[in-house]
Amino acid sequence: MTFEIILQAIVSGLLTGLIYALIAAGLSLIFGLMNIVNFAHGEHLMVSMFSSFWLWSLLGLDPLVSIPITVLLMALCGVLTHYLLIRYILKAKMLIQICATFGLSIFIRALAQFLWTPDFRTVDKPLLEGRIEAAGVFIGQPQLFASVVCLLAFVMLYLFVTKTETGLALQATAQDREAAEILGIPSNRMFAIGWAIGLGCVGVAGGMMTNYFFIFTDVGVNFALFAFVAVALGGFGSIIGCLYAGIIIGLVESLGGLLIDPSFKLLYVFAIYLLVVIYKPQGLFGRY
Amino acid sequence: MLLDIKNIDVLYDDFQVIWDVSLNVQQGEMVALLGPNGSGKSTILNTISNLIGHKKGQIFFNDALISNQPTFTRTRMGISHVLERRRVFPHLSVLQNLLLGAWHEKARASRDESLQDIYRLFPKLEARSHQLAHTMSGGEQQMLAIARGLMGLPKLLMVDEPFLGLSPMVVKDMIGIFKNIVNEGISILFVEQNVRLALSMADRGYVLESGRLVIAGDSVDLVDNEKVLKVFLGN
Repeated sequence: MTFEIILQAIVSGLLTGLIYALIAAGLSLIFGLMNIVNFAHGEHLMVSMFSSFWLWSLLGLDPLVSIPITVLLMALCGVLTHYLLIRYILKAKMLIQICATFGLSIFIRALAQFLWTPDFRTVDKPLLEGRIEAAGVFIGQPQLFASVVCLLAFVMLYLFVTKTETGLALQATAQDREAAEILGIPSNRMFAIGWAIGLGCVGVAGGMMTNYFFIFTDVGVNFALFAFVAVALGGFGSIIGCLYAGIIIGLVESLGGLLIDPSFKLLYVFAIYLLVVIYKPQGLFGRY
Repeated sequence: MLLDIKNIDVLYDDFQVIWDVSLNVQQGEMVALLGPNGSGKSTILNTISNLIGHKKGQIFFNDALISNQPTFTRTRMGISHVLERRRVFPHLSVLQNLLLGAWHEKARASRDESLQDIYRLFPKLEARSHQLAHTMSGGEQQMLAIARGLMGLPKLLMVDEPFLGLSPMVVKDMIGIFKNIVNEGISILFVEQNVRLALSMADRGYVLESGRLVIAGDSVDLVDNEKVLKVFLGN
């Protein structure tokens, strides 16, 4: 095994890790804000990929061009999810909350299969194609671009949450909903903003992945599982934790696949999850 | 009349905790809400903030009916509520906590001046402005909670158990701060279990027992009142 092959695995692990990180950040933001786990996160990713796909197939918009539309659609989807479903279960028991978002995931997936059939689809001849070579390492251009955009989105998310007034209000609501409400911060609106941003993140990731990934109704399942692992590893409610955790997962997945056996790729990732739960349940950056 | 509560009943689900309570606070007045543990003092403050709804009766603020207005509208009207156990945002800095206190538009417009006033009143908070709130002592957190309430430029400041867990020295400071606040023309309605301490500060007091108002009056008349003693010591 040559040095180039290991380097290749590290680079592709890093690139996919950045995408996992952004998807996990959306999940973590929603969880940190209102203690609700979005079990439909993978389905939301699937919807964003289909949005990007249909904009290409029906209107001829390249995924690169349609990304702002997909992000806006997903943000709108987030606001609707909050006002039509989540609002009613905020004070409900945890089991009810789990069933609600889990039920939503089944509903979205079944609806997608009904409307669009379970066929695999791809975008032909996207603007970004081919690969570049550097130091003996090959990088697909769409993959590279997707990861850079996801990293940028991640940085913007972080700056928004930590540096803006709305971000400050989001943090306050996450830390003490009642105390924030009493200062004049309407928590329902904050939750809607949280859902919009959380699913907006998914929209960025999904829109970028449409360039090189198959689009099908079950596409979100593994990504959502990885996002759960990333949130647990990074620490529940910690956004910066998602970045490190996403990268670690990407690296473990690709290096484990290379060094041990690629058919057990998922196993290595879930092994980390078990190790975290057993030895460091609060995660790398968690407060709980 | 700044705050006027008329005959409210409050229920947690089907369990009634407040029966037919009326009370009022005038402009520039300090009023104490007294009573033993579980008598419903905090519930009344939480009802005024509409954290809990009430069944019967009405709540007026500045002659406007506010009974059904949502909680987040309270600071805009001029009511700041310092919740029981301080409830500062633990993982935000002192400064961030204070800025969040001036959320509604009017308070935000004069945020910088308010901050200077607050730092004059609580010099310790300026020295610690970049420290995370949860790393401060209980007394400092209580000061932060009250300062955060004042950042909203209230006409009425409601404080739930301001002296709970504070050392006698800090309690003395806090009494001075309360007097300063009232001298600024802000009314204070506070909940307290220490009758003698509360009545030494307040203009008037209301005494609750098991969710019912048993006696109300000027502090001087309540201090050695037998009925008040009975409520606290039992029969």
